Amino acid sequence: MAFLSYLISGLGLGSVYAIIALGYSMVYGIAKMLNFAHGDVIMVGAYVSFFAMTVAGVPFAVSVPAAVLVCTLLGMTVERLAYKPLRQASSLAVLITAIGVSYFLQNGAQLLWGSDTKIYPTILPGAVSLFGGQLSVSYLTIVTILTCILIMVCLMLFINKTRTGKAMRACSEDKGAATLMGINVNKIISITFAIGSGLAAIAAVLLCATYPSVYPTLGSMPGIRAFTAAVFGGIGSIPGAFLGGLLLGVIETFAKAYISTQLSDAIVFAVLIIVLLIKPTGLLGHKISEKV
Amino acid sequence: MNKVINTLFNPKVRSRTISFLVVIAAYVILTLLSATGHLSRLFTSLLVPVTAYIVAAIGLNLNVGISGELNLGQAGFMSIGAFSAVVVSGVLQAAGVGDILRLIICMAAGALIAALMGWLISIPVLKLQGDYLAIVTLAFGQIIMSLLNNSYVGIDSKGLHFAFVNNTIQMEQGGRLLISGPMGATGVGIASTFTAGFVLVLIALAVVYNLMYSRSGRAIMASRDNRIAAESVGIKVSQAKTLAFVTASCLAGAAGALYALNYSSFAATKFDFNNSILLLVYVVLGGLGNMTGTVIATTLLVVLPEMLRFLQNYRMLIYAIVLIVIMLVSNNEFLRLRMQMLRTRLKKKGAEADE
Repeated sequence: MAFLSYLISGLGLGSVYAIIALGYSMVYGIAKMLNFAHGDVIMVGAYVSFFAMTVAGVPFAVSVPAAVLVCTLLGMTVERLAYKPLRQASSLAVLITAIGVSYFLQNGAQLLWGSDTKIYPTILPGAVSLFGGQLSVSYLTIVTILTCILIMVCLMLFINKTRTGKAMRACSEDKGAATLMGINVNKIISITFAIGSGLAAIAAVLLCATYPSVYPTLGSMPGIRAFTAAVFGGIGSIPGAFLGGLLLGVIETFAKAYISTQLSDAIVFAVLIIVLLIKPTGLLGHKISEKV
Repeated sequence: MNKVINTLFNPKVRSRTISFLVVIAAYVILTLLSATGHLSRLFTSLLVPVTAYIVAAIGLNLNVGISGELNLGQAGFMSIGAFSAVVVSGVLQAAGVGDILRLIICMAAGALIAALMGWLISIPVLKLQGDYLAIVTLAFGQIIMSLLNNSYVGIDSKGLHFAFVNNTIQMEQGGRLLISGPMGATGVGIASTFTAGFVLVLIALAVVYNLMYSRSGRAIMASRDNRIAAESVGIKVSQAKTLAFVTASCLAGAAGALYALNYSSFAATKFDFNNSILLLVYVVLGGLGNMTGTVIATTLLVVLPEMLRFLQNYRMLIYAIVLIVIMLVSNNEFLRLRMQMLRTRLKKKGAEADE
């Protein structure tokens, strides 16, 4: 029974990672950049929903769309101001700029909202008891997992069925050819950043509901973890990010429960290395063939 | 005479000469300033860390600029060097070895152990390519930090004691802990000096330049520019890349040792992912493959946050903006073309003047 309970809480944590990793992976797939500022968008989303609930006094259900809206706008603004001028630059230059944006957001948050840890209000207390009370699963975990599945399904439908989704797939395959086919590549990249940042806001709310503390560097660790998850599943692949996130969450929870809490970090990254050695482009990644 | 001038202006020799001259000039000026008391205490305290970061960044530039592999775990190798140095220093202190000799042995030990680890890690890492390679170096950096954060080393008259995860070290009277898990290294005997750092920078530059302009260096650059073409002319690409990776980690190890013996205590989190990223920022801003640029960029960027202290809380915010603006300006197509035009015009003028 303990095993099942760890598995479920691992899936809950993994769902959060998966939602963040989806943003990472989509941006990588289309803009071919590692957006290290993605984790800090999560932090902004967390602060927005926190202040919406505590200062503005709106209910939780209203604070989520507010966070999504702010993060979407933030993501698009950052893309427009910092990344768009670097479309032709080397990937390292874009990487450094993303790091600059990450510092900017972290320090901006610290100035605006202080460096102290704020306690996020309790959302959805209580749990369902299963098997005659042997297994209890909190409502929050159920909601998190369901949200993740819902997002995944919607995203897959969007990518595969809509016109914009088709344009996105075209951009990720070949930007030059996509431009020639009349696709507005800049607009598609902007939409990708908007979706990724919106998802980051949802992840932020779910993360803070589970671990109720909000502080300026909140996003860096989940950011690195989600990046790992995205690579784990094959960066650029949407089902891969989903699978990678869930697996990473489960591995982390099991490592903490059965091996060692202090070493869970090392174990997660060791698993990543082993997976990449067996499948060099991640679990569901495309094999890149080299042209001579 | 002409021959001397010609060799001096040979591009290979020139870049090397400029690097050494810049470093030596900086050393002389800073030593004079500090001897006459014109250097504030804050800057004096930065001298050794700056040289340590320069050496690690030169190593990273070899990896990223010359070998073309993005390494996000350079700080991990620095921490290997630092913690090895702490242990070696503890043993040497117990044996009553003098400060200068202790520092030299510690730096050699740090470099050696980091190089060994670099070689071990390079075996899996260099099997991968591009961003996957980058994430694996990041992963190794995190693993190293996590392991060191859980290591305990103590020393008493019977010798060294090791423990992992839980501090189970039983020591006799007079024993002391050298590394105590999340608290990091404690009670380190300070031995680093600015002169030692300066010498290390010169050694690092000499090593990297000699490598760059040797047969192996050309093999490394050829593997970077076109792996398949390099392989087809008989270059062992993985061997070349391993050489660059191991040299880079060796330099980082020596830098870590220098850094470690400058503080009486420090934690493993001092060398986290953010530190690897910072080193990468120094390298990219200094210019890929440009060692003089790395030296200057590292110095400026380590000093910049201290210079911005008058901005108080806005300090790091401004730092971030400076970083973004530099990247945007240096990659601006319009400005780049303008600079190119200006340069050709100047060259033309120079040629006319010569006639």
